[in-house]
Amino acid sequence: MNRVHNRALADPALIACPDCDLVQRLPELPVGASARCPRCDLELWRHREDPLGRTLAFALAASGLYAIANSVPMLGLAAVGREASTTIAGGAQQLWQSGQQAVAVLVVFTAVVAPALQIGLTLAIVFAAHRERPPRWIATLLRHQPTASTWSMLEVMMLGVLVALIKIADYATVVPGLALFALGALIFLLAAMQASFDPREIWDRIGWAADRGDRAGHREAPTAS
Amino acid sequence: MELGLQGCELCGLLSRPAAGADEGSCPRCASELSFRKRDSLERCWACVVAAAICYLPANLLPVLTTTTAAGAESDTILQGVALLWSPTGWPLSLIVLAASILIPSGKIVALGYLLISAQRGSAESQAQRVRLYRMVKFIGRWSMVDVFVDTFTAALVQLQPLMSVEPGPGLFFFAAVVVLTMLAVECFDPRLIWDSTRRSEVQHV
Repeated sequence: MNRVHNRALADPALIACPDCDLVQRLPELPVGASARCPRCDLELWRHREDPLGRTLAFALAASGLYAIANSVPMLGLAAVGREASTTIAGGAQQLWQSGQQAVAVLVVFTAVVAPALQIGLTLAIVFAAHRERPPRWIATLLRHQPTASTWSMLEVMMLGVLVALIKIADYATVVPGLALFALGALIFLLAAMQASFDPREIWDRIGWAADRGDRAGHREAPTAS
Repeated sequence: MELGLQGCELCGLLSRPAAGADEGSCPRCASELSFRKRDSLERCWACVVAAAICYLPANLLPVLTTTTAAGAESDTILQGVALLWSPTGWPLSLIVLAASILIPSGKIVALGYLLISAQRGSAESQAQRVRLYRMVKFIGRWSMVDVFVDTFTAALVQLQPLMSVEPGPGLFFFAAVVVLTMLAVECFDPRLIWDSTRRSEVQHV
């Protein structure tokens, strides 16, 4: 690709609204305040209190709960003297064995892989951003973090599990497992983590791609060192 | 766009393309920049049409097959909603009805409307249309509920030979509808809603 870097504007507070492209100046905001686009009412930025520290705390707690939620049984069932229990991955495994491989992959992706990526990427980004000179690879992680959170559907799964639980309760005794409670807490932690996360603040700390090119004296170097 | 500036979709930086170059890259995060998402309308249409096609088998084919000593019984999504309907269980039934029937069909219709109005360069009710876009984006994931319900019902109820529940072929198409509509929303560029404003403003000047 021989794309040329664009030139940045002299005023860093000038932005274009991502939803309607209106060019505007982001005002100075006190902590807790947010700026909205005057044309389409999108929240452009919220000045959060200590975004790095809080996101780190929520992400650490979430990773612990995630480990529990995926390792212990989520639902148990007892009927006519037989017992069965399943974990999140166990649900997908059963689908796979019933010939629904595509759906099984989707369930594993949205309920296991994407949440893990969402937590893992956020942790790595926030850890690295704490450094004095945050490394350039944060940019790559920041690129994939929103995708991971779009496809991470633990809250949807939770609702699905509850519906299934009530459905089955008609003809068998259902026993909610430890993982179900861990999941309940995890959903709130993930929402809090996502709400305290401020990519704009992290972008401000990262060195620019264009600078690196200049220092090397030619086009962009292939990898960050 | 009318100022010749490009806002980066990833890091939000506003920058000006080098002279003569239409598509540069972001000086901060090195993302490839363009004024609008590439082929936004075409890609979004492709996903919406595919989703609409999958919508039929998703609702006509059974999603769950329950086998008991009395025989096997298959349920489609709508039958599943009806099964849940009882004096105590109706709120649950409403949730599933909303998530599995209303949201997917509403999404397909809403996306079709957004696409057609953006293509025709409509300058009407832009604020409402962008709100509709955000609603579709926010609410779309919830239609996965039914996939999870069926997954965990089938995983748990394995009491052979007394009773077992198997996922049916409709589940695949239903999951496809959810994924395709989510992809369609990702492809749609909301800035297209506002482009007609600029054209008409320019004409007035």
